[in-house]
Amino acid sequence: MKEPNDVLIRSVSKVAVVIIFTFAINLFISGHHYPGGGFIGGLAFSSAVVLLFLTFNIETVRKNFPVDFKVIAALGVLIAVLTGVGAMLLGVPFLTQAFDYFNLPIFGKTELATAVLFDIGVALAVIGTSLTIIMSIGDDR
Amino acid sequence: MCIVVGLLFMIGTYLILTKTLLRIILGTSIIGHGVNLLIITMGGLKKGGPPLLGIENVTYADSLPQALLLTAIVINFATTALFLVLSYRAYTVLGTDDTEQLRGKEDE
Amino acid sequence: MNNLVILPIIIPVVIGMIMVIMRKQIKIQRFLSLFSMLAVGSVTLYLIFQIKSEGIQTLQLGGWEAPYGVSMVIDLFAALLIMVTSIVAFCCLLYAFHTIGEEREKFYFYPLFLFLIAGVNGSFITGDIFNLFVCFEVMLVASYVLISLGGTKIQLRESIKYILINILSSFLFLVAIAFLYAMTGTLNFAHLSLRVAEVGQGGLMTTVAILFLIVFSLKAGLFLFFWLPGAYSAPPTAISAIFAALLTKVGIYAIIRVFTLVFYHEPEVTHWFIGLLAAITMGLGAIGAVAYWDIKRILTYNVIVGVGFILAGVASFTTVGMTGALYYLIHDMIVKALIFLLGGTIIYLTGTSNLKDLSGLIRLHPQLGWMFFVAALSLSGIPPLSGFLGKIFITEGTFESGYFWLGAIGLITSLLVLYSIMKVFMNAFWGYTVIREEDEYGTTKGLLLPIGLLTTLTIALGLGAEAIHDYVDLAVEVLMNPNLYIEAVLGVNPKP
Repeated sequence: MKEPNDVLIRSVSKVAVVIIFTFAINLFISGHHYPGGGFIGGLAFSSAVVLLFLTFNIETVRKNFPVDFKVIAALGVLIAVLTGVGAMLLGVPFLTQAFDYFNLPIFGKTELATAVLFDIGVALAVIGTSLTIIMSIGDDR
Repeated sequence: MCIVVGLLFMIGTYLILTKTLLRIILGTSIIGHGVNLLIITMGGLKKGGPPLLGIENVTYADSLPQALLLTAIVINFATTALFLVLSYRAYTVLGTDDTEQLRGKEDE
Repeated sequence: MNNLVILPIIIPVVIGMIMVIMRKQIKIQRFLSLFSMLAVGSVTLYLIFQIKSEGIQTLQLGGWEAPYGVSMVIDLFAALLIMVTSIVAFCCLLYAFHTIGEEREKFYFYPLFLFLIAGVNGSFITGDIFNLFVCFEVMLVASYVLISLGGTKIQLRESIKYILINILSSFLFLVAIAFLYAMTGTLNFAHLSLRVAEVGQGGLMTTVAILFLIVFSLKAGLFLFFWLPGAYSAPPTAISAIFAALLTKVGIYAIIRVFTLVFYHEPEVTHWFIGLLAAITMGLGAIGAVAYWDIKRILTYNVIVGVGFILAGVASFTTVGMTGALYYLIHDMIVKALIFLLGGTIIYLTGTSNLKDLSGLIRLHPQLGWMFFVAALSLSGIPPLSGFLGKIFITEGTFESGYFWLGAIGLITSLLVLYSIMKVFMNAFWGYTVIREEDEYGTTKGLLLPIGLLTTLTIALGLGAEAIHDYVDLAVEVLMNPNLYIEAVLGVNPKP
């Protein structure tokens, strides 16, 4: 296969990928009170990775990103489920969430909720699954 | 809305009845969109604020159909992706994407 | 609130995910998969005793009360089925250790197997109809991968058909859910039951009920079973055994749940229709079973006959018929797994599934032969094996509700089933021994243990039916009296 070497796409994606990553994280964090969340954040994140796949080829990205995406997906589901199990250990129904306000050094008064942990799990699962799908369709030659 | 749902179902059914695997997959995903539209229509299109914190409103829209929809979309996404991967493998192994030839012979 | 209720779903999912992370350690995966089945089994056993003494157990996820939250409900009907599921899955796993092959094991066989079990258990436990859909999908996605795992030509071909038909039926399921939501404004089973009882089951509601019936019949292989024989004979034995034992049964469970809890007001229409479909299914299935000379085909058509027979009991909609359906459902899960494992062993040993090439295996494998004989008798409902009680109750139920034709067809097809399965027995095990021990493709070493376990179970269920009688009775009481279920979930008594 021919090495993809398009100057336009390379220079654009180098900037765009950073923006998309930031946007994905923004979507993820705003999802606690406003539209957004782990699912859409994860999808945005994986779209950035797909852009990287298109610009450079899959092998190059894999070399710099040496993780198995199936493992990421499994870890995500595991985190999501185990946050629910944590509620079980405390004797309240499965998946019960809790939140409280803390004074953190830099952020000031911040709300920390267990739902965020669950959302991290969802985001990881989405990233892992979507990239696994893309790679199993695209990698096969 | 209902007419659009009907149209989507019609197109999807037509595509599923064709012979090429890729068209069949497209057909299933079009029917999937039709179903999603149907759920949101059946939930009733109401005016009202989003049921989120920080938004004061007298009436809130019913959020359950949207939750159902989101789940349905995710599941649809997963099955379509799986179907794509599998049919691609079938294409490489069997060497055809025509359902007539996919049938094969009994004693294989 | 009882957090144990969710465990039959959580345990397989968590352990499956851990197994995905450590992909290479096959030995640990084997051990963990067996362990999780044991864990689910023991939790369910505990739950069964708890339900018997305290009534139906529920769990409102996240503390959001029904009907607004997601509720998980486990009554005796569901608990018994989960119990049998874990036993059957345990045996299929034992069988898979020796036959499935390292390539499949490395390609996430055990995690997928556990996700399948999680989906099945979830469908049994869930308390609202949308989560039933979700759990169906979890189960189906796992089964899509399992059916195509290994990627032989025939598997790929059958899996495409299987996936297409299931995706379409899932869409129909969603359409039915959308209509139901538009009419009732709720999706919780208990709440649905209340609402449908309030507004009455009019023509439109009955139409939606029939739509649900079509969806579930596609999954259960009731009448719309044309995809089933191909799909179930393609994958390796351990997988097709678990499919035959569980997947169609989940569809049957859904039919029983929906048509005893929600749409039970018009039995002349809906239940008569179920009866009609069951009769046609039994007839066509029996014809298929008699006609073929291929072991796998005969067995898959027997699955279809079993589905028809259970639903004949449901169609009668009497206490006796339901008791029979429940007995037969439990029996069918066990014996279908058993007969598939036996048939698979024959194919594994001889390398052919054509009955005309087989002969005289009993000389080399006496235990296998006699266990096949027991399984065959049990399958066709000869006393004192486990199929007998279910058959007699279902027949009684159909007679009681006036569907004499249904009972008659059931009995006639039982004879045909006996003929078809005896055909396998006589051709494969009797006659000249044409094959020598050295020519065989494998040994029965290790395979006889799961088969023996299931055989013992079917004999024990037949002889010791008294032992589970109390539980079955209680389960049927809940099925015939929806108010018990509603009261347990919503906490109010609808009809004081």
